[in-house]
Amino acid sequence: MSRIANTFKALKEANRKALIPYITAGDPHPDLTVSMMHALVDSGADMIELGIPFSDPMADGPTIQRASERALAHHVGLSHVFNMVKTFREKDTQTPIILMGYANPIEAIGAETFVERAKVSDVDGIITVDYPPEECTQFTKLLKEKNIDSIFLLSPTSELDRVKLIIEQASGFLYYVSLKGVTGAANIDIEQVKSKVSMIRELTDLPIGVGFGVKDAATAKEVAKISDAVVVGSRMIQEIENSNKDNLIQNISKLMKELREAVN
Amino acid sequence: MQPYDMPDEKGHFGQFGGVFVAETLIEALDELRIMYEKYRHDPDFLKELHYDLKHFVGRPSPIYHAKRWSDRVGGAQIYLKREDLNHTGAHKVNNTVGQALLAKRMGKPRIIAETGAGQHGVATATISARLGLECVVYMGSEDVKRQAPNVYRMKLLGATVVPVESGSKTLKDALNEAMRDWVTNISTTFYIIGTVAGPHPYPMMVRDFNSVVGVECKSQMNEMLGRQPDVVLACVGGGSNAMGIFYPYIDLPDVRLIGVEAAGHGIETGKHAAPLTANSPIGVLHGNRTYLMQNEEGQIIETHSISAGLDYPGVGPEHAWLKDIKRAEYVAVTDTEALDAFHSLCLTEGIIPALESSHALAYAEKLAKTMKPDQVILVNLSGRGDKDINTVAKISNITL
Ligand SMILES: Cc1ncc(COP(=O)(O)O)c(C=O)c1O
Repeated sequence: MSRIANTFKALKEANRKALIPYITAGDPHPDLTVSMMHALVDSGADMIELGIPFSDPMADGPTIQRASERALAHHVGLSHVFNMVKTFREKDTQTPIILMGYANPIEAIGAETFVERAKVSDVDGIITVDYPPEECTQFTKLLKEKNIDSIFLLSPTSELDRVKLIIEQASGFLYYVSLKGVTGAANIDIEQVKSKVSMIRELTDLPIGVGFGVKDAATAKEVAKISDAVVVGSRMIQEIENSNKDNLIQNISKLMKELREAVN
Repeated sequence: MQPYDMPDEKGHFGQFGGVFVAETLIEALDELRIMYEKYRHDPDFLKELHYDLKHFVGRPSPIYHAKRWSDRVGGAQIYLKREDLNHTGAHKVNNTVGQALLAKRMGKPRIIAETGAGQHGVATATISARLGLECVVYMGSEDVKRQAPNVYRMKLLGATVVPVESGSKTLKDALNEAMRDWVTNISTTFYIIGTVAGPHPYPMMVRDFNSVVGVECKSQMNEMLGRQPDVVLACVGGGSNAMGIFYPYIDLPDVRLIGVEAAGHGIETGKHAAPLTANSPIGVLHGNRTYLMQNEEGQIIETHSISAGLDYPGVGPEHAWLKDIKRAEYVAVTDTEALDAFHSLCLTEGIIPALESSHALAYAEKLAKTMKPDQVILVNLSGRGDKDINTVAKISNITL
């Protein structure tokens, strides 16, 4: 069983929901990423979603775009991202790490090399935002061979057939995008999320995570009631933007704890 | 020979094209694909389209024999397909009229578009005004500065122009931002992409709407000369004017098709916008797989061209395919060469060409010299240069 599946199993037995913070690798500085990851775990993160910086993050709102730009200003690319995961693993062999990014940086080094290096660095899951299942069957197969989970997005506009198609390819968990829009956008409609999540639940045993519009502890709490995992991205990045080198770890830890308390 | 029939059902031109977007856009693209399939051969739709192309755009555009210029250059005869004479001054309007009429049939009251030079933005604002649709145009803040007259034209036409400050602040970033708007406002909004890029069905649909250019050329050349040209030339940014004139000629193997990219300061300097000529690696951007200017980490790099409309790091997937199957050839000319051709056409023929089109003219000049006087080069004069006079004046150290 994969590390992600194990984590969900353990959480279920403890009757708890997963909390997954998102940060972009290299934001605000590559030297800080690994200690930020440990701090998030210490403050209640069950898994970590680590963004691969990209010059053209089409599905991201302004907050995560800025995170990508800050990381790129330090020339952070895939080789750094893999090294960060490796370094993280020196102290933490439990917490699943999910890389989230866009297709082009992956294709630039080649899918096979990417999967090879992800395995060596002990990455657990991959979300490739602009790889719908039809366009990445080979990539999904490579990941599967290495026992790395392929995590796909589902959207409010995905209809039944589409959801079924995605479930067939997916492993680890399903990532339901809670609103029509980019990351960090407006308010989410909990009732709508609820009805879509229950529709998906009838079709699969995979855990369902919800993300894209979780902007505070109160929303996290509501979302946790109707899903298996809550992803917090733009809110986390905002905290990073509002911090300086000296209080960064303290601030993101505090936010993480607040979210944890709300979700428990 | 099998007639050319691309793309496949999923929008692939061989390994190029496709649908590389976040899941949130899939349903909207499916809807668009289905509606386009429904209307592309629908007699009522086509009647409405052809009426507008004739009475609103002013089609057919003439072909003009640039005799004095051909003589001056020495060599082949150069003919110009006068897309500069269209309403709004470029080929872009052929596509915007088509897509806007489709938007109307789909009941979408709001139109969005990205623009580089501003020609596509102006064409979109124009047809939106005519159809009473709300129009929002995304434009990189660098281009807003470079193309001030077009920004004002869009505003006069009632459009909202949103300057885009992210990334390199040019066309590619405007496209990103338009996509973000679209995901957010999917149910009310139709996204009119301005070139043969983006996810399927855009590359095919934009090509189809622009292919009126090549279709007209075939019958006009026949009328004028009783034969087809030896070479068809067009500039390539995303590649819509080139696909428009190439497409009807693909099945005529004796006609050479040549796309001219922007070499900027020179291919060897790295400061250009010529992914095909420079043999850039294959990658994924804006919903399709194609040749793409990028660094080793797969980050898209900044492009350089004197002409905002060619300043794009990728190229339509069908051009990538035509290059690979060797049906079309791709070359590039520098800023300086394009400027020289610009002035040359102004002075010998009384036509002010767009800087984009001037790239095709510059290559026509080079090629004509190697050909015989009874041979024919047909150049797609994709637009007029009124929008570029500030840029050209500035380079000549003249304040207007
Ligand atoms: C006059 C003109 N020609 C050519 C282009 C380049 O676009 P494409 O390569 O899609 O024809 C533009 C783009 O703005 C344009 O305005």
